[in-house]
Amino acid sequence: MSTEFIIAAIVTIVGLTTPILLAALGELVVEKAGVLNLGVEGMMLMGAICGFGATVSTFNPWIGILGAAAGGALSSMLFAVLVLELNSNQVATGLALTIFGTGLSSLMGLSYVGFIAPVFGSIFPASLASDPYLKVIFGYSPIVYFALAMVPIVAWFLKSTRAGMILRAVGENDLSAHSIGYSVKGVRYAAIAFGGAMAGIGGAYFSMVITPMWAEKMTAGRGWIALALVVFAGWRAGRLLVGAYFFGILMALELYAKAAGFSFLPSQFWAAMPYLMTVVALSVISMRDRSGGNAPACLGKPFLPST
Amino acid sequence: MGTEATPRLELKSITKRFPGVLANDQVSFSVQPGEIHALLGENGAGKSTLVKMIYGIMQPDGGEIRWNGERIVVANPKAARKLGIGMVFQHFSLFEAMTVLENIALGMDAKIPARELEARIKEVMTQYGLKLEPHRIVSTLSVGERQRIEIVRALLLNPKLLIMDEPTSVLTPQEVEQLFIVLRQLASEGCSILYISHKLHEIKALCHTATILRGGKLVDTCNPSVETSRSMAEKMIGGNLKTIEKAEGRTVGREKLIVNRLNMPARSHFGVSLKDITFTVREGEIFGIAGVAGNGQNALLLALSGETLTDDPGAITVDGAQLGRLTAKQRRLAGVSSVPEERNGHAAVPEFTLADNSVLTARDRLGMVKVGLIDHKAARTYAGEVISTFAVKALGPGSTAGSLSGGNLQKYIMGREIMQNPAVLVVSQPTWGVDAGAAAAIHQALVDLAAAGSAIVVISQDLDELLSLCDTLAVINEGRLSPSMKVADADIEEIGLLMGGVHGDPAATANLHPELAHAHQA
Repeated sequence: MSTEFIIAAIVTIVGLTTPILLAALGELVVEKAGVLNLGVEGMMLMGAICGFGATVSTFNPWIGILGAAAGGALSSMLFAVLVLELNSNQVATGLALTIFGTGLSSLMGLSYVGFIAPVFGSIFPASLASDPYLKVIFGYSPIVYFALAMVPIVAWFLKSTRAGMILRAVGENDLSAHSIGYSVKGVRYAAIAFGGAMAGIGGAYFSMVITPMWAEKMTAGRGWIALALVVFAGWRAGRLLVGAYFFGILMALELYAKAAGFSFLPSQFWAAMPYLMTVVALSVISMRDRSGGNAPACLGKPFLPST
Repeated sequence: MGTEATPRLELKSITKRFPGVLANDQVSFSVQPGEIHALLGENGAGKSTLVKMIYGIMQPDGGEIRWNGERIVVANPKAARKLGIGMVFQHFSLFEAMTVLENIALGMDAKIPARELEARIKEVMTQYGLKLEPHRIVSTLSVGERQRIEIVRALLLNPKLLIMDEPTSVLTPQEVEQLFIVLRQLASEGCSILYISHKLHEIKALCHTATILRGGKLVDTCNPSVETSRSMAEKMIGGNLKTIEKAEGRTVGREKLIVNRLNMPARSHFGVSLKDITFTVREGEIFGIAGVAGNGQNALLLALSGETLTDDPGAITVDGAQLGRLTAKQRRLAGVSSVPEERNGHAAVPEFTLADNSVLTARDRLGMVKVGLIDHKAARTYAGEVISTFAVKALGPGSTAGSLSGGNLQKYIMGREIMQNPAVLVVSQPTWGVDAGAAAAIHQALVDLAAAGSAIVVISQDLDELLSLCDTLAVINEGRLSPSMKVADADIEEIGLLMGGVHGDPAATANLHPELAHAHQA
């Protein structure tokens, strides 16, 4: 195995991992606030088309990324209003958001088919970013570094800040948080919006970095992997990073197995691997900890204060 | 406390309406600075609603609240705390997965750095003798320790009025005395205390004034030191209180339930393991197990009910039959019924109807399942009988368990087990959060069941309950059970020492009263 091959493999894995890492970090914060938003896939697609559209219109990928975050956050607000104001079922509403996001993004994308978006320049000097060896560190899109930076930021926010503590309290016992005087709805709106924005940026990684083009359903189910990843990581940001790379490696295996023409196992097997591993990982975790790990106690339950 | 002084808190004609219920009807009373004021009433009398309005969780529909003479609107709990109103809830508003420190920090409105807060917590804890480990996760703490968090949280705010909802139900007599010292100290410093309790002798010992509510209306404001416990209880329930009728000089029969060297490893890292639990309950005997929360009571109940199995089949025997390895269902068939502490979710399914809940424990003994199908008629009939026999306030067998108040659900659950005439009944906290009227009914039912020849084990943190109800008593501490003692000969100081005085030193517990063990064997 040549050094070039290893570098190429790492670059591939980083590329595959970044979108699910972003979406999962957002969903982690949402779930820590006690809300289960299954609409990640839909929000990623909305972010992908909004980011792409904003980039093509302004020729500026930085504005594009803001558009992606806004697109994801705005679509998440639809979910938030239904779930928080009307106490609709979170699972059903989340699924509806995925279906809605898939459809609306396809509709919005009709006029963008065939366009190619301008891509990010490197944030590092070309001598580093284009170096055949150093590019393994410096050669990525700014979104990759943003995603990696968000891991310790989210971990620190949840563990060490007062706002993060209140967010966990809302997810742990919404009625108590309410009786102490915290705004359960306010916290949850903010968390859902953050989750939407992160999913949107994750989706935009497909339309703005991987292929700077728009295609329908281009996120290809990665939103679901992000959801499983949150459970897999036991609602911890640090483990989320490890888990995201684990899934990234599995997805890379599929590509390399296909390219190398492995014939002893059908390529569909490799394609199914990440999903299969999701099931295995979840089973192992639930066997090990019968109490359901450290899932937030109010996860997925409607908030119904008595007053 | 001259009447001419401006009251700290004054309620004038407070009225609160819920759909179909008048929770508070023109309630007026006042609390002076430094006064310990009792709020007495049965469950559903409107005490909780009233204090929720004082603490800003609810808004009154009519009347006014005055604070130091000024009319105020308490918009929310934050506003209440800003005024200097603190509250210790009956149902702890704690966050299970978070640490003690985080729980306290969440209750503070001022943003205090964690290190400074920890120092202040330690200061308050030593000042008032409340032991807590700030970095423990709440889900690993006992009920008693959880309550301490609430108390520390309230005290950190330097309150001018402290509302305490049933604060002593989980404490040892020594801890109660210690709490009273704290409350008296607070009162002498000028803090007013609104003290909600069902324990009338505590109110007599502690409170300067008592306001009694019944059915949302104020019945009387009186001086508890001149009233008797009985007269206050009668005002509270609006009728003559029945005392427990125990047949004098009744004798207990042969040995029924024998627990011999029952050992059980802890279920979780923070759980309590049972160590060589040994006791005997005879026919017609009520055997009490006292102890501070979190000393193995739950593990013991689960081991006796069959929810956890022992390796030694002979560790638990009833009439000589070995039950140690039998499941809960098999034990029920063998005549052992049990009522766990947690009403909703353990003893009953809140979303199920009362009839369906009766199927859960009575199906085999009363034949409610035939060829795999539930006999709904039998279940409804039985549930109806329980409701009428135990005077459960419910619309009927079709009401969901969750729609009943705590006391009524407890009466239903106790009735459901008692009316199956079990040979052995194991109950935990039979009257936790239950009002005096319902508690008396439950106690009487237990005494009657014993009189019919059943062996009864009562696990309770309420020592008064055990002393009035039981024939024999033992104390559980860190998973070890003390030798049994006759209640008639028991000394409350000694029991208190066994409960907590020699905490953490099992050898001392075992050696404290060798004469008791001797007396038991004799």
